[in-house]
Parts: sequence; structure tokens; C-alpha cells
Amino acid sequence: MALNDFVDSTAANPLGRPRGIWSALHLDPILLFLLLILVSGGLFVLYSGADRNIDVVKAQGIRLGVAFVVMLVFAQLDPSVFRRWAPWLYGAGIAALLAVLLVGVGAKGAQRWLAIPGLPRFQPSELMKLVVPMMAAWYLSRHFLPPRFRHVMVGLAIVLVPMMMIIQQPDLGTSLLVGMAGIFVVFFAGISWKLISAFVALVSVSAPMMWFFVMRDYQKQRVLTLLDPQSDPLGAGWNIIQSKTAIGSGGLEGKGWLQGTQSHLEFLPESHTDFIVAVLAEEFGFVGMLALMTVYFLIILRCLYIAVTAQDSFSRLLAGALTMTFFIYIFVNVGMVSGLLPVVGVPLPLISYGGTSGVTLMAAFGVLMSIHTHRRMISA
Amino acid sequence: MPWGEFKDTAAERRLFQSRAMVMLVFVVILIGGLLVRMYQLQVIEHEVYTTLSDKNRVQVQSVPPPRGLVYDRNRILLAENRPVFSVTLVPERVDGMDQTLSQLGGILDVSEEDLERFERRLQEPRRPFQEIPLRYDLNEQEMARLAVHRHELPGVEVKAELVRYYPHSELTAHALGFVGRINRDELQRIDPVNYAGTNYIGKSGIERFYEDLLHGEVGYQHVETNARGRTLRVLERENPIPGEDLQLHLDLRLQKRAHELLDGRRGAIVAIEPATGGILALASVPGFDANKFVTGISVKDYRELSESRDKPLFNRALRGQYPPGSTMKPMLAIAALDSGATTRDYTIWDPGYFRLNDSGRRYRDWKRGGHGWVDLMDAMAESCDVYFYEIAVKMGVDTMYSYLSRFGFGEDAALDVSGALSGLLPSREWKRAMRSEPWYPGDSVNLGIGQGFMLATPLQLATATSLIANRGTWAEPRLLKEIEGDTPVSDYLPDGTHEPLKLKNPGDWEYVVGTMAEVMHGRRGTARRAGDDAPYRMAGKTGTAQVFSLAEDEEYDAEEIRERLRDHALFIGFAPVDNPKIAVAVIVENGGGGSSTAAPVARDLFDAWLLEFPASEDGALVGSVDAGGEE
Repeated sequence: MALNDFVDSTAANPLGRPRGIWSALHLDPILLFLLLILVSGGLFVLYSGADRNIDVVKAQGIRLGVAFVVMLVFAQLDPSVFRRWAPWLYGAGIAALLAVLLVGVGAKGAQRWLAIPGLPRFQPSELMKLVVPMMAAWYLSRHFLPPRFRHVMVGLAIVLVPMMMIIQQPDLGTSLLVGMAGIFVVFFAGISWKLISAFVALVSVSAPMMWFFVMRDYQKQRVLTLLDPQSDPLGAGWNIIQSKTAIGSGGLEGKGWLQGTQSHLEFLPESHTDFIVAVLAEEFGFVGMLALMTVYFLIILRCLYIAVTAQDSFSRLLAGALTMTFFIYIFVNVGMVSGLLPVVGVPLPLISYGGTSGVTLMAAFGVLMSIHTHRRMISA
Repeated sequence: MPWGEFKDTAAERRLFQSRAMVMLVFVVILIGGLLVRMYQLQVIEHEVYTTLSDKNRVQVQSVPPPRGLVYDRNRILLAENRPVFSVTLVPERVDGMDQTLSQLGGILDVSEEDLERFERRLQEPRRPFQEIPLRYDLNEQEMARLAVHRHELPGVEVKAELVRYYPHSELTAHALGFVGRINRDELQRIDPVNYAGTNYIGKSGIERFYEDLLHGEVGYQHVETNARGRTLRVLERENPIPGEDLQLHLDLRLQKRAHELLDGRRGAIVAIEPATGGILALASVPGFDANKFVTGISVKDYRELSESRDKPLFNRALRGQYPPGSTMKPMLAIAALDSGATTRDYTIWDPGYFRLNDSGRRYRDWKRGGHGWVDLMDAMAESCDVYFYEIAVKMGVDTMYSYLSRFGFGEDAALDVSGALSGLLPSREWKRAMRSEPWYPGDSVNLGIGQGFMLATPLQLATATSLIANRGTWAEPRLLKEIEGDTPVSDYLPDGTHEPLKLKNPGDWEYVVGTMAEVMHGRRGTARRAGDDAPYRMAGKTGTAQVFSLAEDEEYDAEEIRERLRDHALFIGFAPVDNPKIAVAVIVENGGGGSSTAAPVARDLFDAWLLEFPASEDGALVGSVDAGGEE
């Protein structure tokens, strides 16, 4: 199958007429199929990672079901709805983040949740992963692209404000993902390479400043531990040593489903949440990792195709940014578990147990599907 | 501005497409990077991590061997192993030590001492994840309460452990010895591999002497553990080799009788089977409960035992060094006859005292008026001191030393009794070295009646007595009778190194034995009351040892001191005369006269051994129990 056939299956309908059940439901069958493969495979790994606790798998199944419904709902909304609502959602999001910092509730020294009476506890920072790229896309698409320097600066400000607020909670992982989502909008908008180089230089210079003024001690510790896990083999280094051992001992073909000793003997921490990819790597080996990465890559490929074929700048920017955010999830999580990146709390998308990230991600896929299925008949 | 009105949408689309291409390349590169990383870990470094993973989960644990059991000669258990449940803590896994301890205190009965000992152990160097015991010997209620609360107490575990138990605690404490926790010094000495899982080691007596036999060989198991160190399953196991079971010559019934006979007094009894040297009874009274020492005695209990004026921890049978007094006379008689210092017919006049020369100091006889004309037979029967003063001077110290040393005095002749002392057999050289004085004839006079410098332990007295019973043939005293299994006893018992005591006229043995029989059965024998009405003939010698001085640094108590300054009562003897089955040494501290106090004790033991439980050989007891049916 040529790559072109694969991405062109719906584009082959130049009139974009509603065609069959998929269009009626505003779903993209290819993306849906890939997501279902990912999610069902993920439940098998989760069963093993949760040490055969079927309740965990059931709970995750329910959560994913809810996420699919959310996706379905988002897919029904016209992209113009997202565009119109973006400033209001952004304003509400900032207000919610402020509320979190002032009256939020939390656990383990972090304040991340907002408890509004009558509503389930929720994490405003999670919503910002959708809202920030929407807002940035809204703002940048109002002007000619590529954006002028002034507009880039405003766009970056839109991204940085919530990012800094989330860092204060503190939640480095989410802040990073929110920031990346916004930055990708700016990048897709066509920011000049000169400016990009300047930003890269700026970041390199400001990194040491971050180290001294922004990062908390435990965050610094994670970076230090990454550089030398053996320095603290029973403390912070434990996670990295054990997950690398799990991955490495999996070998080419893995130890087999439910046969991973590292996870089942409790050496691997958080084996059903953030470190679940180590379970997969241990039990299914390099072959399993190759399969997982292939599915992820195909999803990204399909989403980028949706972005490219989107009809207006707002949709394009939003679709591109959401796709890349999804990729960043994968890269940061796998990089962290395999000891390439410091340990930050980023789950493996749609496989790790728990959290609202699954819902957010599926909502993003809903937005992508909406963008793809609401194209006007008149094509540029 | 309406959306897109003046915008060059085509240009924007092209711009976006090029940016998307860049991102696609970016994604391909990064995913490729992740896969390269996976390839590196899973394929290139696979071996390294497989090793790490196996090392992670598989641990080698040592399995301590069960300690060998100890039986008496009738196969009655003297030392066994009993499962004891204890609470241990693994400090690495406990979150909040103080809180855990106080919570445990609410569930169990944890004493101050337990806590102190625990804190002490906590400070000592130890292996990581090694548990520290807090309380031993939990009862069932405590176990149940702990089971209920266990999930709240991470790092707290209940351990079952086989612990030494002495069912006849006080009776056997001094003879068997006991085991206790391995201490720091012992840790230096023991084989770290073989003792890897062992917590207890023989501290004294048989438990110490036969430690190698009783301990056995350590076993191993490879176990799969989880990250918290909990054992999940055993992968491979090499069983330990249990320690050997030992059968002793000791007869629990006789041992019990010995204790009963001394009850309420301080003293010691050693009974030996002359033919084998087997120790039938080894009693030191008062005794103590050896079980208290196994898992660690409390400070209070220990203080009570160690500070008691009766010294229950002191093994009088092996370590009590007493002036033997007149119980030396049979041995000296042998020496005098064989060396020619006297003859059977030699007679002296005893006026009640002895003088080395006409103007010299008077050495008194115990009988004020003297015994009149006495020969050796009379001198033994009546325990005439003057006769022995005279032959002692005639023999001189060198002869006496030479003979007495061949009876085992001045050395620890026992084969497998650990901790026995050697007493003191004085010699010319000894006196010069220790006192910087020459040996005076007066010293010989004193030695002639077992006084002066001479000291002997009850075990030595019994050994020498059994040598007379054997008519000069040595059978070094021993406790071990049999090793259950294939190992011959001779592999473990040290060789006896004593030459038989051969006399120029072997008939002298019979003669001296006859004089000892006269002590028991003669018309004027000092122990004739004890020997009365016996259906067998016995030989013996009474003794009374003066207590010259006693370190009395405690508060003045006239009653007490008077009692503690009284003479020690001694007796040695064997029975039956012609075919000796038992030789004993009895000492009752501050018991007064040997004839009135110690001799009846010995007679009771003779009766018990020869009449009450005569068929004392293996299996006899089992047979009699079986026979005791309804018919």
C-alpha cells in the first residue's frame, strides 16, 4: 500500500459530500481504526502492568468509553465554533488557573485541582492543552501569515502566561505540554527561521536561569539523576534503573505477556501509569516497541494529513498543533522511561492508566475529526 | 476584518504544507531516535539488563540446619527444638520507627528491655534489609492481634524460628550447658558460610563442646523476591544437613534424684560409670533455668541469678574447687603402700596429735583423744589423721604429687566436659613459683589429709574414685555415649591419654578397696550408718573440709556467717565393691561432717542406681513402659 493511497482515502471525494455513516457521524474511519487498535492493545498491556487487576482494566475501559463519547461530541461541532469560543475559553481557563493557585486543592505538595461544588473535581491545566493552541491559532489566523514579529510576540505571550501559571502549581509535565502545544501553533503559522534560531539561542541562554530561578529542587534532582542514575540507586535513580532494566531484559521478542518479572515483582514503579511502556517493552520486546511506534506514527501521519488538507488557517494551525502535542506526549514519555529525558509526569497517550489526559487527547482527536469532516464543498 | 478576506489563502496553505513537512521529518527523526534507543537497550545491551533483572529478582538465602537433639541414656529428650514466633522489624521498610514501635506496644506486650535490646541492635552494624527481632515467643493471642493489624505496619514481620528448648530446664542446665545468641566474639570465630542463617551457638557444656556435631551444615535456596524483598517462591533448594543427635551417658532419673538429694542445700554430685567413664549424673545445686538464656535473659533475671549468694550459675561440679580433706586418704593409701611408706601391717600409736619432732607444733587429729593403736585398715575406717600425717611425711611431697597426679588431680581429665577446672595439686616447684617459699615438711603433713594447698573439683574426686573402682584402669569421664547415625563416637571424643596406674603389688588395690568397704560396713566405719542394711557391698570415704576463710564483704549477719563458715561435707565411693557400677563424689557446702551429711546422699544414689532402676541399659525403659499395660 502506497503512502498516498493511505492518506487519500477520504480526499478522493473532491466534493466533500456527506458520504455514508462516517461522514454522518463526522468521524474519520482511518483515525478511528488506528485509535481502536492502540486502545485495545493498550488494555492488554495495562492488565499486565496492573498485575492482573481486572478492576483497573475495567475502570480504564470506562474512562476510555467516556473519552470516545467526548471525541464524538467534539467531532460534531463545526471548527468555527472552536474559533469563536477560543477567546472566551482562554479567558475562563486563565481565571480557573488563577483560582487553582489561590484556592485549589491538591496532593503531594502540588495544587492542581479545582473543587467546584456540584461538579467533579477537575484540573484546569489539562483543559489548557486544548484551549491554548485554540487561542494561539485564533489570534495568529486573524492576521496575514507568516506573522509579523509583533504578532509572534503576542502569540508567545498567549502561550507563556498559562504556562507560567501551571509551573507554579507545580506541574512541569503539563506546563511543558501546554507550552509545546502553543509553540507549535506559532511554528506552523510560519515564524521565520531567523526568529526560531533566535528563540533557540534564547532558550539555551535562559535554561541556566530556569535552573536557578524557576525549577524546584525535586525537578533539578530529576535532571541530575538522569545524568547519573547510580548516584541515588534506591531513591530517585531507582525508577530509571529499574525501567531500563525492564526494557533491556525484554530483548528482541520480550518475555511474553504477563511474564515480565520487573513489573510483576514490583521492581518497576508506576508500572500501570507513567512507566507502562517499560512493561510493554519487557513483555513484547523490541518487536512490540516497533509495533507501538508504528501505530503512533500512522496516527500522527493521518493527523498531519488532516491538518494539511484543512480549509482555513485556524483549522490548519489547530490541527497541526494538536497532532504535535500528541507526538510530544509519546516522545517525552518513552524518552523518560528509557532514560533519555528526566522523569516528568507525562503518561503514555491512551495506554497509561488514569488521569484526564485520555479525555483531553480524545477531545483533540474529536477536534481533528471535526476539522476533517466539516470541510466546505468549495475547495481552494 | 472578516476571516480570510484579504489573505492570500493559497500562499498560507503552501507555507503550512512546508512547515508540516518539516514537522513530519522532525517526528520521523525523533521516533527513529526512540527506536534506536530501544534497539540499544533491548538488543545491544540485552545481556547486561538480563543479568540485572535476574539479579534483581533472584536472591540466595541460607537455610539454617535444625540443631541436633540431645538424649539421655534412656533416650529421654534433654534438648529439643521448638518453634518460636517472634516479631521482627526491617528498618529499611518501616516508615516511622517511633510510631511503629508505639503501635506495636499497643498490640503486644513489649517490655522496656525488649525496646532497649532492639535499639541496641539497631545501632549495631548489620546487613541491609536484615530484620531485627523485637519480641520473642509470642503467644497465640498476640499472634492473632498482630495478624489483624499487620497491614498497617509495613516492615513488621512474624518469624518462626526453631529455638532450643530444655524440657528439664534446671536439672540439665549445668550438665548440658545451653545455647544462646551468637555474640560479637563468636562471630569472629565461626565459619561465616556455615553459620549464615544460624542465630544460636552452644555457650557451655555439651552444647558448646559438640557445637560442630550439633550444628549441621547450612542449606541454600534461591528465591524469587519482589522489590520489597518479600519471598515469592523458591526456585531451587539445597537442603541443610541437620545436626547430629547425641545420646549421653547421663541418666535423667539419677540426675533428678541427685538434685532432689541436694535440694535446699548448696553442693554438687558427680556420678560416673567406672567401666566406661560415662557420667551418669552431674548435678550442681542450686541450678537455673537454661531456657531463659536461649533467646536472651532479661537484665533483671540475670542480675537476680548472678548476684544470688547461692551462686546458681556457678557449676560446682566442674568448677567448684574444694579442699578434698579425708577423701584423699584412699589415694594416699595407695601411694603409701606402693611406695613402701607403709605396709598393711604397719601400726602406729595415735595420741590425738602428731608432731614432726619432739618440740614441734602439734597437728591435731579430728578425734581429740586419739585413736590409739591403728593400722591402715583402722586408719581408713576411722579416718585417723595422725596415721596419714605420718605416712605423708614419710612419702614426702614428690611421691605424693606423683601418685595423686596419676589419679587425675591437678588436671582436667574429662574428655568432653567443657569448662572444667583443674583444681590445685601442689608440688615443690609449684610452691617455689607461686609462694617463693620452699616446701616445708609441715606442708606435707597438711597434704596428707587433703588440706593445705590442695584443691579438687567434685568431677576430679569422682574420676579418682572410679579409678580405684577400676583397680587402676583409666576410663576418662565423658558425657557422650552415642552419635545417632554413622559417625563413630571415637571420631569426636578426644583420646584418653592416661596410662593405667599399675601397682607393684596389684593386690594393694583390693586391700585399699577393702579398707573403703570397712568405712561403710565396718564396726567403726565413719559411714557405717549410711552403709547399714545394704543388700550389696559398697566402698567409700567420708571427708570434712575446713572452710578457713570466706570473703564476706556483704553485710554482717551472724546467723548467715556461722552457717557459711561451717565445714564442707564430702564423700567419695562406689558400689558394688566387686563389680562397680557407679562411682560418686558428693559435696555439700557448709554441710558439716561428711559422714552425717554426704554419705547418706551417696547411699541413696547407690540404692537408686543399683536397686531402683537397675536395668539402666538402652531400651529397658521403653520396655517397661510398654509392659505397663492393663494386664
